[in-house]
Amino acid sequence: MTALTSVAGEPLERTIFAVPGAHCAGCMAKIERGLDTLPGVVSARLNLTSRQLSVSHAQSVEIPELIAALERLGFAAQPLSGATAGRQDGESRALLRATAVAGFAAMNIMLLSVSVWSGAEGGTRDLFHLLSGMIAIPTVAYSGQPFFRSAWSALRHGRTNMDVPISIGVLLVTALSLFEALTGGPHAYFDGAVMLLFFLLVGRVLDSVMRDRARDGVAALLKQTAAGALVISEDGASSWLRAEELRSGMRMIIAAGERLAADGIVETGSSSLDLSLLTGESAPRPVGPGGSVHAGTLNLASPLTVRVTAVGQDSSIAEIARLMGEAGQGRSRYVRIADRAARLYAPAVHTLAASSFVVWILLGAGWHQALLIAAAVLIITCPCALGLAVPTAQIVAAGSLMRAGVLVKDGSALERLAEVDRALFDKTGTLTLGRPELVDAAALAPGVQAIALALAQHSRHPLAEAVRRAFEAKGVAPVALFEVQEEPGFGISASCRGERVSLARGESNDGLSTYFTRGTNKRVRLRFEDRLRPEVREAIHRLHDLGIECSVASGDSGPSVATAIRGLGLTAQTGMRPQDKLNLIARLHASGHNVLMVGDGLNDGPALAAGHVSLAPGSASDVGQNAADAVFLGDSLLPVAKAVAAARRTMHVVRQNFAIAIGYNVIAVPLAFAGMVTPLIAALAMSGSSLIVVGNALRLRNAAR
Amino acid sequence: MSGLTYLIPIALLLGLAGLAAFFWAMRSGQFEDMDGAAARILIEDEDL
Repeated sequence: MTALTSVAGEPLERTIFAVPGAHCAGCMAKIERGLDTLPGVVSARLNLTSRQLSVSHAQSVEIPELIAALERLGFAAQPLSGATAGRQDGESRALLRATAVAGFAAMNIMLLSVSVWSGAEGGTRDLFHLLSGMIAIPTVAYSGQPFFRSAWSALRHGRTNMDVPISIGVLLVTALSLFEALTGGPHAYFDGAVMLLFFLLVGRVLDSVMRDRARDGVAALLKQTAAGALVISEDGASSWLRAEELRSGMRMIIAAGERLAADGIVETGSSSLDLSLLTGESAPRPVGPGGSVHAGTLNLASPLTVRVTAVGQDSSIAEIARLMGEAGQGRSRYVRIADRAARLYAPAVHTLAASSFVVWILLGAGWHQALLIAAAVLIITCPCALGLAVPTAQIVAAGSLMRAGVLVKDGSALERLAEVDRALFDKTGTLTLGRPELVDAAALAPGVQAIALALAQHSRHPLAEAVRRAFEAKGVAPVALFEVQEEPGFGISASCRGERVSLARGESNDGLSTYFTRGTNKRVRLRFEDRLRPEVREAIHRLHDLGIECSVASGDSGPSVATAIRGLGLTAQTGMRPQDKLNLIARLHASGHNVLMVGDGLNDGPALAAGHVSLAPGSASDVGQNAADAVFLGDSLLPVAKAVAAARRTMHVVRQNFAIAIGYNVIAVPLAFAGMVTPLIAALAMSGSSLIVVGNALRLRNAAR
Repeated sequence: MSGLTYLIPIALLLGLAGLAAFFWAMRSGQFEDMDGAAARILIEDEDL
């Protein structure tokens, strides 16, 4: 409770962090208790589902302090900027509320309807019908809104979709049933109308939940290039500003290990920068005073003072963003399978209902009876099965893919993934791991490995990290070092048992390598390689078996691409700029191919947006992950092939579901047309077909195996 | 049949109570973190 008193009177602020490492009750307790003891922190609460930590704290507590505290607890954390923080799941909640109301109403009306079907007569039946109406009418007015809105916007633009027959059917049936109830008629279809809404809403909720879940997963992965920076004013005072508060002309201090939040020019200091998130290139680039630097790059070696030149919209990635905006337009023209089905289905339903009305009038039935039959035709032909056919199959498949390490952002991505017949891969970071790996750890004797590991632990240079990973994986324990010094662009040195030891680059530029020196001993060369992802060969083989031709489109030079992909049997196009990749995709598209783009870097962003469908690895840049339709986790490339196979299986089940729904219509429509559909038959048909469709979709739960 | 006059209102009220409870649970954020809720029960309270 000390925190509460210490911040009395000070305004509070809420910051959201992504904490991807939290996965159990122990982590939750550790993080929440650890932060609660921090002065100025009022409360900390971890959401284990979205891996997001919400901290409310006094304004005097700076974000880097919180990150440092989390790091001491053993968790890497990234502050989420306003755009990604906080779940924008208003739509899901509204749908869930509508579903709850419809479910409540459906149950109560069914209770009354069952009594009517079991033989309630006369006054009791009329009373039950009236009661049903009193429950059904507010329910239709509330829960029907998502359908009415969508139908209205379609009609206003002169189009029709599945929601048009649903809306007309529900409204017509409710109105007629009300008339029946008031005039003491034998049949009221309130139960049918409300149950239809309930089942259809379940489908919508599933669709929406799937999108939320994947969005949370992707948000937790984002590296948040633009969290903020420490800014020093003219009088020397320094303060932490969020990225959106940075203005051109400000001077920011970038500590080693921090990411730049804005473009700028280096004023003082020299260091090396990791551009891998921007270009996919893993070799660091040295930078000194006067050099220009870009938002999203990681400062590796020593502090820099940078004068901000461009922020947010003006920064160097604006051009890439513009290309992506244009490239994404083609994809928004994609029409989802449910809507394509509705285009054929809606007119047929309307014609059928209208003709049943006309036929019964011609046969001499009264307008009331004819209208009732037309309404029964409408309600029986817009079956819940059709509304559930697509979302149930897609959410089950997406859940299975999520367990296999693929986060699919929405159902339309699964549909497009199933249509792919051509795949393009970026090289660095996509086919390869995008990080250097130590090739010959055995070049160092075991005792020396401990020294190299200790040195490497003091640097964030990618090669040092590779050394650290290699030796830590072998279980080497580091020795104690003194007087550790890091010289930007050169290497790191220290003293160990009276001897000078160092890890440093060589004089000549001989590929990815570094040299280990100890005292006056001969220096040892350590070589590194950007390795292919595990199971690349099998992934490409499987894609080939699925009838998908694969090739490489890389921004790298010809020889280095050739070396990397030797033996994979792939063709490659090299030296491609973002615009060239776009043109290539456009050409393939024009010749009738549906292109799957797999890439990671900022430079792949436009191509990822332009592809018929796109995948990015979890290690990709934020831009890459945002542009891609799905993100695959882990090092292996196999999930790419699994995703395509699972998507095809899903579409297979979706088509089966459509067939079931249509088969049901073939039986039910003639009955409805003949005026033989009583409320009981409508209720049985509806729930029966929905159960079959859901059951069929559940077969996909192991789709990603 | 006269039993219906109070049985039906009771049934409706019970249903409405369930609906209200669901809305309350949703509003108070009980569905925000399904995995966390399952894990939290394992956290031992040190204050006791």
